[in-house]
Amino acid sequence: MPNSASDPRHPAAAPLSGPPATAVAATATAASGAPATAAGASADTAGAPAAGLAVVGAGPAGLAAAVTAADLGLRVTVLDAGERPGGQYYRHPAAALGAEHPEALHHGWAAFASRERRLRAHERAGRIRYLSSHHVWTVVRDAAAAADGSGEWLLHALAGPEERPVTVRARAVLLATGAYERQLPFPGWTLPGVVGAGGAQAMLKSGLVLPGRRVVVAGSGPLLLAVAGSLAAAGASVPAVVEAAAYTNYAGRLPALLRNPGKLVEGATYGGALVRHGIRLLTRAAVTEAHGTDRVEAVTVSRLDRDWRPVPGTARRVPCDALAVGHGLVPQLELATGLGCATRTTADGTAALVLDRAQRTSVPGIWSAGETGGIGGAQLALAEGELAARSVAGRPLPAELVRRRARLRAFADAMGAAHRPGAGWTGWLTDETDVCRCEEVPAGTVREAVRDLGAQDARTVKLLTRAGMGWCQGRMCGQAVAALAGCAPGPDRRPLSCPVPLGHLAALPAAPGAPAAQLSQPSPPTPEHASDPSSEPSSDRPAGGGSAAGLPADR
Amino acid sequence: MSDPRDLVRGTPDATFTLDFDGRALPAQSGQTIAAVLWGAGIMAWRTTRQGGSPRGAFCGIGSCYDCLVTVNGRPNQRACLVAARPDDTVTTQEGTGHAELGV
Ligand SMILES: Cc1cc2nc3c(=O)[nH]c(=O)nc-3n(C[C@H](O)[C@H](O)[C@H](O)COP(=O)(O)OP(=O)(O)OC[C@H]3O[C@@H](n4cnc5c(N)ncnc54)[C@H](O)[C@@H]3O)c2cc1C
Ligand code: FES
Repeated sequence: MPNSASDPRHPAAAPLSGPPATAVAATATAASGAPATAAGASADTAGAPAAGLAVVGAGPAGLAAAVTAADLGLRVTVLDAGERPGGQYYRHPAAALGAEHPEALHHGWAAFASRERRLRAHERAGRIRYLSSHHVWTVVRDAAAAADGSGEWLLHALAGPEERPVTVRARAVLLATGAYERQLPFPGWTLPGVVGAGGAQAMLKSGLVLPGRRVVVAGSGPLLLAVAGSLAAAGASVPAVVEAAAYTNYAGRLPALLRNPGKLVEGATYGGALVRHGIRLLTRAAVTEAHGTDRVEAVTVSRLDRDWRPVPGTARRVPCDALAVGHGLVPQLELATGLGCATRTTADGTAALVLDRAQRTSVPGIWSAGETGGIGGAQLALAEGELAARSVAGRPLPAELVRRRARLRAFADAMGAAHRPGAGWTGWLTDETDVCRCEEVPAGTVREAVRDLGAQDARTVKLLTRAGMGWCQGRMCGQAVAALAGCAPGPDRRPLSCPVPLGHLAALPAAPGAPAAQLSQPSPPTPEHASDPSSEPSSDRPAGGGSAAGLPADR
Repeated sequence: MSDPRDLVRGTPDATFTLDFDGRALPAQSGQTIAAVLWGAGIMAWRTTRQGGSPRGAFCGIGSCYDCLVTVNGRPNQRACLVAARPDDTVTTQEGTGHAELGV
């Protein structure tokens, strides 16, 4: 496993070169690799002293932040769940796949390549410790350090397929955890061959594989055009791109669009690719059913009215062997909301972090950049990552960069508003359609909970029906359940950002050599509670009973 | 253009076979287990706990947990995240796979 936490290439005594971070509580001595004492023990199981900055996520935002911070002299630890840096946008084949032209599947490859070079150079110089295949499952304030006001953070991660527990200590944290796709269920969406649109793109970019030979692309948002173009370029036939929004929605938002000529060119490039590959673009239409027994064999495409209700009599069957579907993206916020960071509702109806102009969250010591602050694309993520790093390092924010961010945010908001799902999409669902894929909860059961049992929010529906209690913790069904309950989808509230082996939970902080007492835990999780992979770990705990394993309670 | 590999001029370092339920599937070093399965036209490799319905990779990025698979006897691995390795034995997974996790 390359770059594992025990990698000897990361010496424990890597120096913090350059000036100390001024914006960070400067307690460099707190964990400078000194011999373990109860209060001063390094909880970093990688054996390194506390980083000046820990970055979670190595997508465009996290990468830009990490290299900028290292340029400014901070010692940075980057943790990313993926095997390679790049996140969703710069997802690329492993070196072993021997792709001579990875840029063939990318826009802006050069921007990634230059940042990856800087990352590797800083890594060699010991300024950046890059931990790939490290999934951070929670971030907590270091109770021991907090007592003396040093404000350090502990990041608990699972490393590699063997899920080794690793804890990293840092004085500042940047959450650049990106987004996942918004899925709106429809009959047949659990059939094999129905895959996420971004998911198909991700599998193509990293594994050079296609979900089928004839792939319908459907949903809403600009990502669909990119996906259809890539699938076609890679050899799939794409009979149609089915977009639920009407492009006339853009009409009222021209100023924001016109101030971003670069983004318009990008859009035109995608449009050109569709024309070149002979792909039809159907707007104000949706896939309202997928057909097949063992896998998808055809889809039904229906026209939609203004509210996304299927127009009766317009259904048409389109044969295909795969469907790539997604309705935009949802910021991935569980680490942030677990820390208590404030959220807001974005133009496209999802929850995103409240951030100030320096990319600070509402929790001192925690910064964020990229899709977590609202969906906005790779260029915006790069700009925000750089701004965040400068802020962490206590440097002024370049005016040009601040303007660039504002311009790109305005563009993103215009797009988000244009593609925001209309309320009528729930008309696609029959009572038998599974809304929650993990727990297999059909729409009828959710509707019953709302109608007969008086559930008025997603949380109550969840408790009554188990929708959202499974493995994915509502990532796939959360938006749909909220819509059926007639409320706005809330921000991610999950005490753990991924399932965690029970042993690690029970032994939190689980850092060999770090005394368990370092985290004052109100109550360890009870084994029978945590052993049910579909149980809700904390929200059904009695009020005032503390929270599982020192984790914030579900509010 | 008929194959994604042609587009990026992919010539993998190594090819090997992955043992999937006793079948030998062609794999390239650097691919995830999900990519190897998709490459072989296999879209489903587990059944759900209640309905027993077939599932495979859906989100492709590790968030949906639909692609769970048993790798070398270790259940509940996300096939879309785990790299395929030459000596791996991969088996379809039914129901919970009997691993205990807290979510
Ligand atoms: C599936 C998918 C496909 C996409 N495809 C395209 C495309 O083709 N074209 C396009 O323009 N845009 C695409 N996007 C949008 C694109 O992701 C963003 O515009 C851009 O990548 C945002 O950058 P980011 O750094 O904010 O987040 P991301 O690029 O999403 O990076 C986030 C990183 O954080 C890591 N991470 C998340 N949680 C944790 C955790 N708890 N612990 C450790 N690491 C974690 C992830 O592994 C990831 O590497 C796609 C999005 C998704 C979800
Ligand atoms: S496909 Fe969603 S987790 Fe693997």
